[in-house]
Amino acid sequence: MEPYQQAIAEQVAEEQRHHGKAQFFWVWAALLVMTAIEVYLTYQNMQPVRMLTILMGLSLIKAALIIGFFMHMKYEISRMKWLTMCALVACLSLMLIFFPDAFRILSLGVK
Amino acid sequence: MADATLTHNMPAEYEPSLFGTYSKKIGMWLFLMSDSLTFGALLFAYSYGRISTPQWPTPFHSESIVNATIMTAFLLTSSLTMVLAVRAAVNKDAKAQRLWLLATMACGLGFVVLHGREWTKLIEEGLTLSVFPKLAGHAANGEFAGVAQTVPQFPATFFGLTGMHMLHVTLGVVYLGVVALRRYFIPVLLLLWLAAWLGTPATSPFHYGAHVLLLAAVVCSIILWLKPKVYDSSDVEVAGLYWHFVDLVWMFIFPLVYLMSARII
Repeated sequence: MEPYQQAIAEQVAEEQRHHGKAQFFWVWAALLVMTAIEVYLTYQNMQPVRMLTILMGLSLIKAALIIGFFMHMKYEISRMKWLTMCALVACLSLMLIFFPDAFRILSLGVK
Repeated sequence: MADATLTHNMPAEYEPSLFGTYSKKIGMWLFLMSDSLTFGALLFAYSYGRISTPQWPTPFHSESIVNATIMTAFLLTSSLTMVLAVRAAVNKDAKAQRLWLLATMACGLGFVVLHGREWTKLIEEGLTLSVFPKLAGHAANGEFAGVAQTVPQFPATFFGLTGMHMLHVTLGVVYLGVVALRRYFIPVLLLLWLAAWLGTPATSPFHYGAHVLLLAAVVCSIILWLKPKVYDSSDVEVAGLYWHFVDLVWMFIFPLVYLMSARII
């Protein structure tokens, strides 16, 4: 590794030494609890759209916890956070454009 | 705050990092962003099929849901052990780092084994793809015998999505194995390949899928031969990013594919 890269890596490692160990266990416990809630909801025979909304909401919270704490994004500089997350969300959101077509097929009754 | 701290103690002749971190990590983030679009496309394809197909099957009984929940617990626990491995690496505790990495690999292996069991059960019940080897007798009598013909979107998107994820987990285990054990992992990998190849019947897709491990062993051998090194905390952190991403993707596959297609009686 280049000396400058090495210096940055050591700086990042130095910062990570101060992250509390307990918070990782809390995040892990929260992820397990949310998974248990998801499974519990499956056994409740809810209306599919309502269930999907709740499940996706919980999945987004879980994703945010994993990215923020386990992937250390919470501790990155704001430029890194905003650029990566905004680009990702924008690209994934563009895929939503296909869903109206799926509903159109349904209403046309295509087998 | 972090912007200011990261510019301290840097040699003046170098330009400061635009993203406040080292290039390897930025490279991995870029790879993960592109990979998330791959999984995003697969998840959207699955959802598209689901919306546009009124007779979408719900093949996951209580047993499958319990199995998938245990798989999820394995992945979440592996993320915890991975983050503890990164912590041990930054504290320069080589023994703890190796142990946490091995624990992460064990959880990942547990996930793959359970997933393989789930696939095998579904294939035996008739849910299959045309590229899979034919199982004599099973398909005709199985619970999902007609699904592959009436709703081909389901097996195509299900096996495509979960297969891609399983491949990522398998390669993640290999990646962590190389970081933890370096060249000593190659014989282990070859043993795993032999066990997976010889331990599965010729009618199983895993009999052929096991060759991924052989290919991985060849690629890892070349990498370790060309660039032998002791992996430091930055390497462990970058490997950790990949592993957490695999966990992250499952957080969407599990509810969308399994929980939303559950058949609870």
